[in-house]
Amino acid sequence: MSYLLFQASFTVYCIATVMYIIFFFSQKNQIRRVARIIFIVAGSLHTVNILFRYLEAGHTPITSVHETISFFAWSIAWCHLSFRWRYTVKNSGTFAVLIVLLLMLTASVASREIVPLPPEMRSWWLPLHASVSIIAAAFLTLAAIGGSMYLVQERELKQKRFGFFFSRFPSLDTLDKLNQHCISIGFPLMTVGMLFGYLWAHQIWGGRPWQWNPKIVSAIITWLLYAGLMHQRFTLGWRGRRAAWITVVAFCAVLLTFWFVIKRGA
Amino acid sequence: MGQDSIVLLGVNHKKTPLEIREKMALSGGYEEPLQKLRELKGLKEYYLLSTCNRVEILFTCQEPEQMRREVLDLLFAGKVSREEVAGCIYVYENQEAVHHIFMVSSSLDSMIVGESQILGQLKEAFRHASQQNTAGLILNKLLHKSFSVAKRVRTETRIGASAVSISYAAVELGRKIFGDLHGKCVMLIGAGEMAELAAEHLVGQGIQEVVVANRTLERAMKLAARFQGRAVGLDEIVEQLLDVDILISSTGAQGLVLFKKDISQLMRRRRNKPLFFIDIAVPRDLDPEINTLENVYLYDIDDLQSVVEMNREQREKEAVKAQRIVEEETLKFQRWLEGMEVTPTIVDLRAVAESICQAELAKTLPRLNGISSKERKSIERMASSIVAKMLYHPMRYLKTDHACIAQSERIMQVRTLFQLNELNEHYKQTGD
Repeated sequence: MSYLLFQASFTVYCIATVMYIIFFFSQKNQIRRVARIIFIVAGSLHTVNILFRYLEAGHTPITSVHETISFFAWSIAWCHLSFRWRYTVKNSGTFAVLIVLLLMLTASVASREIVPLPPEMRSWWLPLHASVSIIAAAFLTLAAIGGSMYLVQERELKQKRFGFFFSRFPSLDTLDKLNQHCISIGFPLMTVGMLFGYLWAHQIWGGRPWQWNPKIVSAIITWLLYAGLMHQRFTLGWRGRRAAWITVVAFCAVLLTFWFVIKRGA
Repeated sequence: MGQDSIVLLGVNHKKTPLEIREKMALSGGYEEPLQKLRELKGLKEYYLLSTCNRVEILFTCQEPEQMRREVLDLLFAGKVSREEVAGCIYVYENQEAVHHIFMVSSSLDSMIVGESQILGQLKEAFRHASQQNTAGLILNKLLHKSFSVAKRVRTETRIGASAVSISYAAVELGRKIFGDLHGKCVMLIGAGEMAELAAEHLVGQGIQEVVVANRTLERAMKLAARFQGRAVGLDEIVEQLLDVDILISSTGAQGLVLFKKDISQLMRRRRNKPLFFIDIAVPRDLDPEINTLENVYLYDIDDLQSVVEMNREQREKEAVKAQRIVEEETLKFQRWLEGMEVTPTIVDLRAVAESICQAELAKTLPRLNGISSKERKSIERMASSIVAKMLYHPMRYLKTDHACIAQSERIMQVRTLFQLNELNEHYKQTGD
């Protein structure tokens, strides 16, 4: 049943992506409205899919590769949709839905087997740590989308050559604000997620929770990058291109951490 | 003595880079160069136009080749080398010159097709020429005609509909940088007309505050009062920029007004809040290097062109219509010019007289019943001899040399007295 729902949501994401791309080229508001509704439908189906999976597995479905990536995609979709409810960031939906689709594609390739949890993982810390961290990563993904769009738009404005993207992308200010809002939500969540992870490790391994594995090193580097960016923004008013660059670089670190997590999971 | 040639020399934004236009611009006003041109005895009538996008000289003379060289040497010697000038200048004669001036006045040759500022600039330039008495019969007619062509283009096509001008481009870009212009602060350096227009447009978009900096504080205060803004002196610009988001500079200054180092220090204190500079002055006011700073966007007048390019298509359709009007008017003007020679005037005069004569005869003769063909002939003869006698003196007045009134002037008088231009058109139209 959960697989059927997964397939369904995957298909609807596909349709949403196509609609968003059509909108991106045609810029007709009607198409955008339709695309958005389809996106919401896909997101809802995906939510039901995860609930069913929870019932089938008997534990929070954020353990296997398939589950983790699928949950990541789900978080991005809903983060984006929740954002769109408050701010209008022209055309960012196209990129968000594309990333969601790519993640779903990866998830569908991975094994869907439900693996029983090893005893040390059976804890309430698991859903807390994993879901908070992944939702944080979703916000940071949106920040990176905003950052990349900012870099493209800024380049066009600086070089005074106005190409395909110029009219389609929102203003620099909007993109910078998106970046700031996403990070100011994503970064605290990430911190909380890491804290949960630490407490959980403390519970399992007792006295020496620090294991110097690549996952933890990478997570710490990521955290430092975002912390640095937040600090500079609030004290020195770093913004614009520099902030966008750091967001993009830090997002690569997020992906790296994520990859280490998945590799260990697999 | 043949008819004078109408010659137009000029550079504009299409062929000439800003660097050269800067040097050629007559930034000191029209008086001085118009005075200088007086030295050239070969020039009969002349006028000058200098805007931020073009510098043009229009004159009539007997030897266009020679006068062209002399005019260029006189105006631009020491500013730009002959080779440079030769590389970018365009030269139009007679019909082409007329066509070009109509294109310019109706804003078809402008950087922003359809903008209306050029007409004002043209009128201003013409006012100077007529104050200095350098525009005579032909240029008067030509320029007045160009104003009416512009009006015709404006009313008969929708070329001005997309409200396009520098200020429009500035607003478009401002929106891409700031998103919303509400609550932003704009500063004008130099209180010129262009800046004023741009500010007006921006205030219409929700700009909150206008700061005006000008060399003469009085003018700054006047302009600031229009927008309920503040006036500041030129030396406090950098300090004032702390709270400004958009700056429009249009001073007539020869050198730069703001440098990169001023702004790079300022940005730290602004906590990197974006700044948008628009430099519509020619020569430029702002150091081009400023654009390399982060969160600072500098656009000079040429850069704005690419913004304007973006919604060109829709206007191009209207431009085709407008060009047809210009073409039509050019032909009409050509006809008028041709009328300025003696022979066609005499022919016209005769033709008009003859047609009046025929028309009256056609009215009268049918009412006279029972007259013989002999009587009829003599009535006809009488009519035509009255006409001939009436025309004798005007004809002589046209043909013989007159000490104090130039021939072209006399032709004009006769044509006006007998309304030859209007009648001619009337007959040509009915003839068609």
